[in-house]
Amino acid sequence: MPLASARAMVRELNVVEADGPADAKLLATIADWCDRYTPFVSIDGVDGLLLDVTGATHLFGGEAAMLKTVCAAMTRQGFTVRAAIAGTAAAARALARFADTTIAAPGAEAEAVALLPVAALNLDAADTHALRRAGLKTIAQVASRTRGELTARFGKEMVFKLDRALGLSEKPISPRRILPDYMTEHRFADPVVAENFIAGSILSLAQSLCRLLEERGQGARRLEASFFRSDGQVSRIALETARPLREPNIIARLFRERLDALSDPIDPGFGFDLIRLSALHTECLVPESVGLEAMPDDDKEIAFLIDRLAARFGSHRILAFQPQDTHIPEAAGVAVPAQHAPEMKLDWEARIPGEAPRRPLRMLAKPEPIEVMAQIPDGPPLRFRWRRALHAVARAEGPERIAMEWWKNQEPQPTRDYFRVEDEGGRRFWLYRDGLYGREQFAPRWYVHGLFA
Amino acid sequence: MRRALGHGDADSVLGGGLLIGALHEIFADDAAASGFAVCAAQRVSGTKRMLWIIQDFSALEYGTLAPTGFAELGIDPSRLLMLRVANAEDALRAAVDALSCYGLGTVILEIAGNPKVLDLVASRRLVLAAQHKTVTIFLLRQGAVAEPSAAQTRWQIRSDRSTATDDWGTPRFAAELVRNRQGKTGHWVMEWNCDDGVFRKPDDQAAHSGFVVRAPADGSLAAAMRIAG
Repeated sequence: MPLASARAMVRELNVVEADGPADAKLLATIADWCDRYTPFVSIDGVDGLLLDVTGATHLFGGEAAMLKTVCAAMTRQGFTVRAAIAGTAAAARALARFADTTIAAPGAEAEAVALLPVAALNLDAADTHALRRAGLKTIAQVASRTRGELTARFGKEMVFKLDRALGLSEKPISPRRILPDYMTEHRFADPVVAENFIAGSILSLAQSLCRLLEERGQGARRLEASFFRSDGQVSRIALETARPLREPNIIARLFRERLDALSDPIDPGFGFDLIRLSALHTECLVPESVGLEAMPDDDKEIAFLIDRLAARFGSHRILAFQPQDTHIPEAAGVAVPAQHAPEMKLDWEARIPGEAPRRPLRMLAKPEPIEVMAQIPDGPPLRFRWRRALHAVARAEGPERIAMEWWKNQEPQPTRDYFRVEDEGGRRFWLYRDGLYGREQFAPRWYVHGLFA
Repeated sequence: MRRALGHGDADSVLGGGLLIGALHEIFADDAAASGFAVCAAQRVSGTKRMLWIIQDFSALEYGTLAPTGFAELGIDPSRLLMLRVANAEDALRAAVDALSCYGLGTVILEIAGNPKVLDLVASRRLVLAAQHKTVTIFLLRQGAVAEPSAAQTRWQIRSDRSTATDDWGTPRFAAELVRNRQGKTGHWVMEWNCDDGVFRKPDDQAAHSGFVVRAPADGSLAAAMRIAG
């Protein structure tokens, strides 16, 4: 109906423009909130959610009680909700959207959906229309036809959908979030707000999680704490560890670091009514025998420090160095996140004994252009100006000619002639001329690339 | 416990070497300070690892750490960890945390300029954290003015000119010990021997000593050059 006609019929009509993205966001928030019932949650269309509650209903007192709990909670939040439970997602969807029955008895899906209109099959509009035109108004009527007939007219996909709605076959729903390998949770009768209480509950969750992990000989590499606020907001905090971890105190400490470092701390609002700790990714961890004489192990201490710093500042900020197989000076050693540093396959290039360092201690992230005066075009500079200061070169050594990796880049890059120079104050620089004079460049530019100790 | 630097005169003034589990301050505004800090850290760490805490600003202004350069100084880059932080406050916080880690030998905390958060209280906190375990901390002050601090020693470092004619370029520092809580101060030219991993008195020290200039405490190189000139 056009808006004008609607306005003509109801004078005080309140018009709000549709906001698709906002609706989708709200639906996602509700889906997050539904995580508290089962980790298998997926979004159905623009206004529906599918939850796989297999094996979870007994936690809420059976199917009927669970359905009631979910609906009541939604209604309290101000939503209008229709819900149903059935053996297959398609049947439950059809019931929720088109029927008054809410729970289909096991094996009775076909009966439950029999009288629903064909629209409940969730086919595309053309097929639904075609079925109606053919005089098939209800699912039972469609089901009475032979499969061969239906496949010939509508294709295989339609028959699959029909079978799913009838409870004859099942297609598992794909959850929105990665399913954790292990999880533990605390539900609170009264929402909790106090910070130390939350910290304590993370510690006790970590203890039970570690017991689980120990039984299976696993250690956590990626952990996530989810805080379910009583008003429906869910905050999640994830962290990674450098090695498989199974120590509750360390896990609790890492989460404390992470929570402390948050730029916008998680707001408990009126309190959390569910806190969950899950191990998203685990790896095999062989139990160690801890002797009485066990010394604090350096590597273990370092790994814990790396995890702490990564939890606080982000894993991309705590770095270790790895050699690379290249002669390009700035690429010969790379800084990689220390938590994920792979095994070293190469060794660092050994220095030549008895010689002064050939590579600078500090390298500028981007070589900085300098103004240079040189006696001869190919020779080392006599004077150069860098960052507005003039340096007179007292000693120079070079060139060390470094050609770029022509097999990697399409565009030819100029050869660099590196010079090690010392100014009259004793400061040592690593300069290069970008391009061979007269051959690659007419007037090559000079750059400072590094500073020697 | 002390760890000798290898430079006889400096070690005797220091009473045997640099104190382990203490705060040492190093002032300068060129790469020499980084070199001196990392060489001293190598002496102090032994076989343990080092953590270098560097602000994003410093990495831009003074350059990032080049692992190949460490290898050339005779220091295994695999033993180095680098933490990059956004500001001085984070850097101090991370340093206090890192000082509680047995596995580390040294923490090098590089702070540019004179941020407000690095006051006497903050340096006292670092000293306490360092004393608690056996981790030594070097506070590398780039382009900073000396302020009161709880440091055990304070060094003013400049690069020194090479004298060798053929193979020049060995790291040489005109190091001035401007403050020493347990003894005298002094100034020396110290050369880092990359092969043996020790500081040395340069062979040509006698001929060269005339050049050593007392670097001004405010760290301004221009002033130093003025005196030198």
